[in-house]
Parts: sequence; C-alpha cells; structure tokens
Amino acid sequence: MVLQEKAGPATAPAPRRALLRGTIQVLGELLITAGVILLLFVAWQLWWTNVESDAKQTQVIKEFAKDLGSAAPTPAASAPPAKAAAGEDFGKPVVGTAPGHAGTIGIMYIPRFGPTYTRPIVQGTSQDVLDTLGLGHYSNTAMPGAVGNFAVAGHRQTHGAVLDNIHTLVPGDKIYVQTKDGYYVYVFRNNQIVMPSRTDVLEPVPTQPGVAPTESYLTMTSCNPRFGAEERIIAYALLDSWRPAAAGPPAEIAAQVAAATGRG
Amino acid sequence: MYAWIFRHLPGPLWLRILISLVLVFIALVLMVQFLFPWMSHFTQFTDSTIGSTDQP
Repeated sequence: MVLQEKAGPATAPAPRRALLRGTIQVLGELLITAGVILLLFVAWQLWWTNVESDAKQTQVIKEFAKDLGSAAPTPAASAPPAKAAAGEDFGKPVVGTAPGHAGTIGIMYIPRFGPTYTRPIVQGTSQDVLDTLGLGHYSNTAMPGAVGNFAVAGHRQTHGAVLDNIHTLVPGDKIYVQTKDGYYVYVFRNNQIVMPSRTDVLEPVPTQPGVAPTESYLTMTSCNPRFGAEERIIAYALLDSWRPAAAGPPAEIAAQVAAATGRG
Repeated sequence: MYAWIFRHLPGPLWLRILISLVLVFIALVLMVQFLFPWMSHFTQFTDSTIGSTDQP
C-alpha cells in the first residue's frame, strides 16, 4: 500500500536500525489490521446478521405459506371477515401437535411492532434456531391455544432482532399467532425484567410453579437491556380468542396475513 | 508488510492490484464465515433464553 523508498544513500542506517524500523512497521500494520477487523466485526454483528436472518425468515414464512396453501385453501376472497369478535365463538381452540426441532409452528404478527412485523415461530430455542429462523418455541412448553404457557424466545439485537421493540408493548396490545389450524389472538398484559436464571417464567402459570393452569398464556423472553444480556425481559399475554383457519384471519391483520402468505 | 506482499505479487501493476483485491475479498469471506461467528460467542447479544440456551 505505502510505497517505500529503498535504502537511500543519504544516511545509510545501520542494519539494526533498519530491522527495528521494519519490525515497528509490521507491528503497526498488524494493529491497524486488527482494528479494521474489529470494526468489520461490529458491522457484521449489528447489521449484516440482520440482513441474513431477515432473508432466511422471509424464506421460512414463504415455505410455511406454501404448506398452508396445499393443506387448506384460504376462503378469504369469498367473504372478508367484516365483523371481528363480538359474538363470534369458535369454541375451544384447536391445539396443534409440536413439530420436530426447527420445524415451523406458525407466524407471529404484532401490529405494535409495525405493519410489516411478520416473524416465523420455530420449534426449539437452540442457537441454530434463534440465530436464523426467528422466534424459538421452548419445546417443553405448551403449543399455541393450549391451556398452559406457550413460551417463545427471540433476539433483542442481531440476527433479525425479532423482539427489539418488546419494551414498547402496551397492555391491551394484540399479538396474533397463525398456525395451520387457525389464528390465536393473545392480549399483552405486562412486562417483567428478571435474571436469566428465572426458569419459573416458563411454568404453565408463569412464575407460579405447581399451580394448575386454567388459562392460555403467551410468554416471550428476550435480552435486557438492549445491546446487553445481564437480564431478561419477559412479556406476558393471555389468550383472548381464536379463529379456525377456515374462518379467515382476524380483520385487523387480514392485510398483513395476505401480504405474508399470499405470495406463497 | 503489505507493501512487501504487494511487491512480491507476480505480474504487471494492474494484475497485482487485481490479485490484492481478490486476496482482500477472500479474507473478508473467511472472516464472515468463520472468524465472526466464533467471535460472536464473546458478545452477549445472542443470549435471549431463560435458563440454559439449550432447553430440554
């Protein structure tokens, strides 16, 4: 990169000085290289992993939508679900069977996180799932709609940053989970910040070990604070209603569902 | 060091510039594929689960 003058005749430095100068130059170049690599690492971690994971997650949603299309054609076009809730009752929610590790359970829609917030929910919370596939379902917890606790984990930063805005949820916010069986509507209740060792937030009744559940909970866990991981931020939601797939998506997210699955 | 490498590349100037660019690109690919994922174990951004990362 830097063109060096070859041993000028002016001073003719002793070989020892030349060696010292060469060593210092190599050392300096190595240090600059290390600095550049660290900067590249920061860019990779905070930006590039998001680009990669977003692409991968879009792919997962596409594949899931394709499976949906072949399993049950959406009747949305015939009769748009004009009236939401209000008297609608589809009985007890259908609870699907859990897929194998890294299998797609469904899609999560959280309007509070923006009109395009569409993330896959995948079985398992190991690094390979969370780093590329989206929200990971704690495989020892309940499935969506089941009485008990449906718990998922997601990254606050990097690899898609699927739960970056978890702290912006307001009590009453709707969280929609779409599976091949239907749509589960959860209502956000509260946040809690705990230490990473608090496994009791995953209990069937969160933080109450040994208590038999009577309701369906949704628990989301992520890092806290942002750009750190000293604590965990937990978001609790309760199942409000559900619609079978044949009834079409809830009106509030109909456009999002169409955008996410229509391409399939 | 880099000047030394550049001087020892074969061919005319344009070829040496081309080779250096290819070398830099290869270094980037290796870093993204292997070095950065390994380095990310030393940051905490990716710990979002409760209890152990590998739930039974």
